[in-house]
Amino acid sequence: MTSVALLALLSHWRQHRFQLGALIVGLALATALWMAVQAINAEAKASYAKAEGFVQQLDQQNLVSANNTLTVADYVALKRSGWPLSPVLEGRLKVGGQWVDLIGLDLLTSPQIPAMSAPGAQAAEGELLISLLRPPGGLIMHPQTAAELSVSELGLTIHLSDTVPPGSGIGDISVVSRLLAKPDSLSRLIYLAQDPPDRNALEQLPNYIRFTSAQNAAIEPSALTESFHLNLTAFGFLSFVVGLFIVQGTIGLAMEQRRGLFRTLRCLGLPFRHLVVALVIEIAIIALVSGLIGLIIGYFLAVSLLPGVAATLSGLYGAEIENTLSLRPQWVVSGLAMTLLGAAIASSYGFFSLWHLPILQAPSTQARGQQVLRNFNGWALLGAGLLALGGLSLIFLGGLSGGFVFLGCIMLGSALLLPFCLWHILRAGQRLTRHPLGHWLWADARAQLPGLSLALMALMLALATNIGVGTMVSSFRLTFTGWLDQRLASELYVTARDDSQGAALEHWLEEKGLRVLPIRSQVLQQPMGQITIYGVRDDPTYRNNWPMLEVLPDAWDLLAKGKGILISEQLARRRNINLGETLPLPQGWPNTVLGIYSDYGNPHGQAIVSMPQLLRNAPEAENQRFGLRLDPDDIPTLIKEMREEFDLDRESVTDQDKIKEASKQIFDQTFRVTDSLKLLTLGVASFAMFTSLATLWSQRLPQLGPVWAIGVSRQTLAQFDILRSLVMAGLTALLALPLGLVLSWALLVVINTEAFGWRLPIHLFPLDWLWLIGLSLLAALLAAALPAWRLFRLHPSTLLKVFSSER
Amino acid sequence: MSVSRFLLCLSLLAPGSGFAQGFAGLGTEADGFAIPKPSYRLQFPADHGAHPDFRIEWWYLTANLEDENGESYGIQWTLFRSALAPGEAEGWQSPQIWMGHAGLTSPTEHFSAERLARGGIGQAGVTLGPFAAWIDDWQMTGAEDLSRLDLSASGDVFSYALKAQAESPLILQGDHGYSVKSPEGQASYYYSQPNYRMEGTLTLPSGPVTVHGNGWLDREWSSQPLSENQSGWDWFSLRFDSGDKLMGFVLRGANGADDFRSGTWISATGEVTPLAPGAFQATPLGQAEVAGRTVPVRWKVQLPEREVSVIVESLNPQSWMDVAFAYWEGPVTVSGSHRGTGYLEMTGYE
Repeated sequence: MTSVALLALLSHWRQHRFQLGALIVGLALATALWMAVQAINAEAKASYAKAEGFVQQLDQQNLVSANNTLTVADYVALKRSGWPLSPVLEGRLKVGGQWVDLIGLDLLTSPQIPAMSAPGAQAAEGELLISLLRPPGGLIMHPQTAAELSVSELGLTIHLSDTVPPGSGIGDISVVSRLLAKPDSLSRLIYLAQDPPDRNALEQLPNYIRFTSAQNAAIEPSALTESFHLNLTAFGFLSFVVGLFIVQGTIGLAMEQRRGLFRTLRCLGLPFRHLVVALVIEIAIIALVSGLIGLIIGYFLAVSLLPGVAATLSGLYGAEIENTLSLRPQWVVSGLAMTLLGAAIASSYGFFSLWHLPILQAPSTQARGQQVLRNFNGWALLGAGLLALGGLSLIFLGGLSGGFVFLGCIMLGSALLLPFCLWHILRAGQRLTRHPLGHWLWADARAQLPGLSLALMALMLALATNIGVGTMVSSFRLTFTGWLDQRLASELYVTARDDSQGAALEHWLEEKGLRVLPIRSQVLQQPMGQITIYGVRDDPTYRNNWPMLEVLPDAWDLLAKGKGILISEQLARRRNINLGETLPLPQGWPNTVLGIYSDYGNPHGQAIVSMPQLLRNAPEAENQRFGLRLDPDDIPTLIKEMREEFDLDRESVTDQDKIKEASKQIFDQTFRVTDSLKLLTLGVASFAMFTSLATLWSQRLPQLGPVWAIGVSRQTLAQFDILRSLVMAGLTALLALPLGLVLSWALLVVINTEAFGWRLPIHLFPLDWLWLIGLSLLAALLAAALPAWRLFRLHPSTLLKVFSSER
Repeated sequence: MSVSRFLLCLSLLAPGSGFAQGFAGLGTEADGFAIPKPSYRLQFPADHGAHPDFRIEWWYLTANLEDENGESYGIQWTLFRSALAPGEAEGWQSPQIWMGHAGLTSPTEHFSAERLARGGIGQAGVTLGPFAAWIDDWQMTGAEDLSRLDLSASGDVFSYALKAQAESPLILQGDHGYSVKSPEGQASYYYSQPNYRMEGTLTLPSGPVTVHGNGWLDREWSSQPLSENQSGWDWFSLRFDSGDKLMGFVLRGANGADDFRSGTWISATGEVTPLAPGAFQATPLGQAEVAGRTVPVRWKVQLPEREVSVIVESLNPQSWMDVAFAYWEGPVTVSGSHRGTGYLEMTGYE
C-alpha cells in the first residue's frame, strides 16, 4: 500500500521536472558549501593536530634561555650534572630562494618522532637513522616541501614523510648546525623526564636558563586559527541556511500542488500514517541523492578553495597546512546528516500543513493575510529580542566569542525583522497610492511577501555578508598598503651572506656616502610567546615614516638615548600594556614603552630599541640585512656595483617596490577565499529567490485571474511581476546596507582585534555598495524573468480556469 | 628514540654481537678504520684512552660485591664507543658515538640504565692525565695507570658509587694483547685488570647498602670483532677462591660454523697463560625464560689442563640488561672442583 502510494507521490516529479531540479540543486548547493567548509576545516585541523602533535612531543617541557643564548657548553654542563635533556637547534634556511624551517635534533637522545618510525621494516628505520647521522647526513621533509624546494642544492639525502609539518625539515643536529652555520648555539633543551625537576635542581640552573612547560608555552596555532575556522563555518552555515530556504519553498510547493493527490489517496483509504511514511521516504531519497551530489560538488569546491585557505592561514597566522585534501569520514557523515536534517526542517512546515489538511475541504487562500501578519509580528519580536541579546553579549560576554555571538544575533535578528519592515513599507506605499491598479500592485506585493520572505531574508544575509566582509577586506587592504609605504621607507634592501660580509658591505656602503640602516634583531623567548626585538639607528627615516599608532611626544629622542622601547600593537594588546608602562623583559633591556606601532600580518610580538641597546644585550645579533637610503635614480648603478664587489645573488638585493608588490600579492592571495565565498553565497541567495518566485507563480494564478479578467493584459501583468520583484530586491538591498555596515564594524573592531591583535580603521566604499545593489537587482530581474515570461505566454484558458476549477 | 636498530646496524655492542655485520653498508670490511695488528705492543697510559680510528671500543667494569650481612650483589659499569667514520671532528660533526650501560644485580632484583651521547661536544669521552671516562653524569675517574678508580652511575631507581683499588698489574689477553676472535683471523686489542678490591655504596629502591668485593676491568677495541658466521657470545670471568682466575669465551658459530672458544688462565701469582683454541669448554645445563627468550643461566665450565670442572650459576637468572640493544649480564657463583664468583655475559639470544 505504502509503496503504491510512494509511486503515486513520485509521479508528481515526473510532471514537474524543473521543481525536482530546483529541489535537488537547492539541497545539493546547501550541502556542497557546508561540506566544502567542513572539509577545509577538517583538513586544516588535521594539519594543526599533526603539527601540534609533532611540536608537543618535542615541546612538552623545555629549558630555554631568556635571551636566546643557549650554547652547546650549557647543554653539556647540564647533562654532566644529570639533567635529562635533549638539545634542539631551530632556524630558517634559504634554499633556492625559499625559506625552510629546520629543526635539528640530537637523534641519539631526542624523543621518538613519528617521522623516524618507518612503517614496517625495522631495518628501514635503522637505515634511515644511519643515513641521517652519517656525513653528509640527511633531512626529513613533507613531500610538498621537498617538491617546492630545490633540495638538490643542499647536497643531502632527503627523506619524505607526511608526518613532518609542511615548510620544515627535520634532521640530526649535526646536519642542521652545519646548514645554519651555528656550531655552538642551541634553541632549547627538551626536558625528557616525566616529573618536572624539583626546586633544588631548578635553583642550580644558571640564571639565564629557565624551565618552561607546555602549559605556559606560546600561543598555539589552533588557538589563533580558531576564529578563522569559526568564520568559515559561519559562512558555510549561512549558505546552508540559504540553501534550505530554497528547499523549503520547493517542498512547500510540491505539497501544495499535490493536495488533490493527497485527498484522492486518503479517500481511497490510504491511512494518514502510510501517507506520511511514503512522504518521508520520498524526501529521504531526494535528500540522499542531493547530499551525494552536494558531496561531490563540495569536494571540488574545497579542493579549489584550499590553496586560498592555506595562503590565508600562513599569511595571517604563520600556520602551515597541507595543500592536499583527503576524504575524511567526519565531514562526509556530517554533510549527509546536515542534508537529511535540512530536508527534514525544510519539509516540516509541509508536513504540518498536511496534518491539518481536512480530507474533503479545499484550502482557502483568502484569509492568509491576517495570519501572515501575525506571523511577521512574532518574527519581528523575536528578531528584536535577538538584536538586544547581541548587544548584551558584546557588553557582557566580550572577547572573540562575544563578537561572534553578536554577529550571529544581529544577522539572524535582522533577517527576522525584514518581512515586518517590508510589510510596513509596502503598506505605506499602498496608502500613498491613489491609482487602483497601483493600489492592487502594492497589495499584491504584500500578498506575495509570505512566499518570498525567506528568499528575501537569504538575499539580505548574503548582501550584508558581502558588504561586511568586503568592507573589512578593502579597509584592511587600504590600511595595509599605507602601512607598507610607511614601513618600507628605504629604497633598497640588501642581505649579506654572513656577518663578516655584512660588516664589509656596511663599511663599503658607508664609504660611498650612503645612509645605511642595519636591520638587526634578537628573538626573545617569553612565557607568553616570542618577541623579536629590532635595533634601529637614530635616523630621520624612522622618525618620519614609522607607522606609529600612539606615541609619547619625545619618543624617538628617548629611544635614541636608550631610555625605552617601541612595541607592536599585537604585543601591546596581548600583554595589555599602555604607553609609559613597562614591558617585562630580561634584565638589561630598556623596557619603558615609548610608542606603539602597527605591525599587520605578524603573528608574533615585535619591539624596537636603539641599536646600541640591542648590541649591548645581544652582541651576537646577526648583521646581514640593511636598508639603504639613496636617490632612486642611483639604484641600478649601485646594485650593479654591489653585485660585482660582493658577488651577491639576485635575491640578496631587493628594491622597495618589489617587496611592496610581493606583500600585496600575499595579501590578495590571503583574502581570495573570502571573495569566492562572497560570490557563492550571493549566487545561492539569487537561486533561492528564483525558486521562490517560481513557486509563487502557480500559487498566484487565482489572484491574477480576476485582474486579468477586468482588462489588465498579460503583458502588463508580466511587467508588473518583474517590477515588483525589483522593488522587493531593491528594498531588501537597502535594508541590508546598514546591517552590512554593522557587520563590518563588528569584524574590524571586535573580531579582528581579538583574533589578530590589531584594530583597523573602517573605510567606506559606496561604489561597491552600488555595485552590489545593482547585482541584487540583476538577480531579481533574472529570477523574475522566467515566471514573467510564462505569465506572458500563458494561455487565456488557464486563467479562465481559475474561475471554474476548485483547487 | 628507538636506537636499538641503529645500534644493531652499527654492530657495536658488547664483545660479541655479530649480527649486523654487512648490514646497512657498514660491511665486514673495515671501511677505512684501523685494523689490529699482531705486531703492535700496547703502550700505557696512552692505550687507556680512546682509539677513534678503530670502529668500536669499550671500558667494561664488573664487580662481585657483598654487604655486611653476606648478601651478594653485582654491578656493571660500561662505556662503549662506536664510530660512524674513523677519526674525530669538532662539535656535532664528530662521528664518534658513545653509549653507557650500568647494571645493578641482587639475588631478587636487577636494574639497568643506559646513556647515549655524541663525541666532540664533551658530553662523553675518555681523557688521560688523570684518567677520566664519562658519559653525562656517570663517570669512572682515577689514576692514569688505572690502579685506582672512582666510579658512579645511576638509573631511575638505583645508583652506585664505588672505589676500586688494583691489587696486581694489568694483564694482556691473547698474544701480548692481540686477541684472536675467529678462525678467519678477526681480532681485537684486549687487556684486563682482573684484580680490583672494591668498596662503596649501592643505592637501591629500599635504601643504601655498604658493600665490598672484587672487580674486573676489560679494555678492548677493534674494527671488525666477529666473523659473519658468529651469532653471539658467552663470556665468563671467574675468580676462584684459590686466587686463580679464568677468562673464557665461546663465540657461537652460525650458519653451520663451529663455535670459537678461547680464554686466559691467570694464576694466583699473576702468571698469564693464553689457552689453546678449544681448550676452554662451556656447556649449558639449565635455561631460564628471560624477557621472552630462553637463555642458559646454568653452565658447566671445564678446563681439563688445569683440572677445572665447575658449575657456574647465575646469582639472579633475570639479569637482563633492558637497554636499546638488550643482552644478559650478571654475577655468577662457582662450585665444583673450584669455588668462587664471577661474571657472565651472554649476547645474541633471540
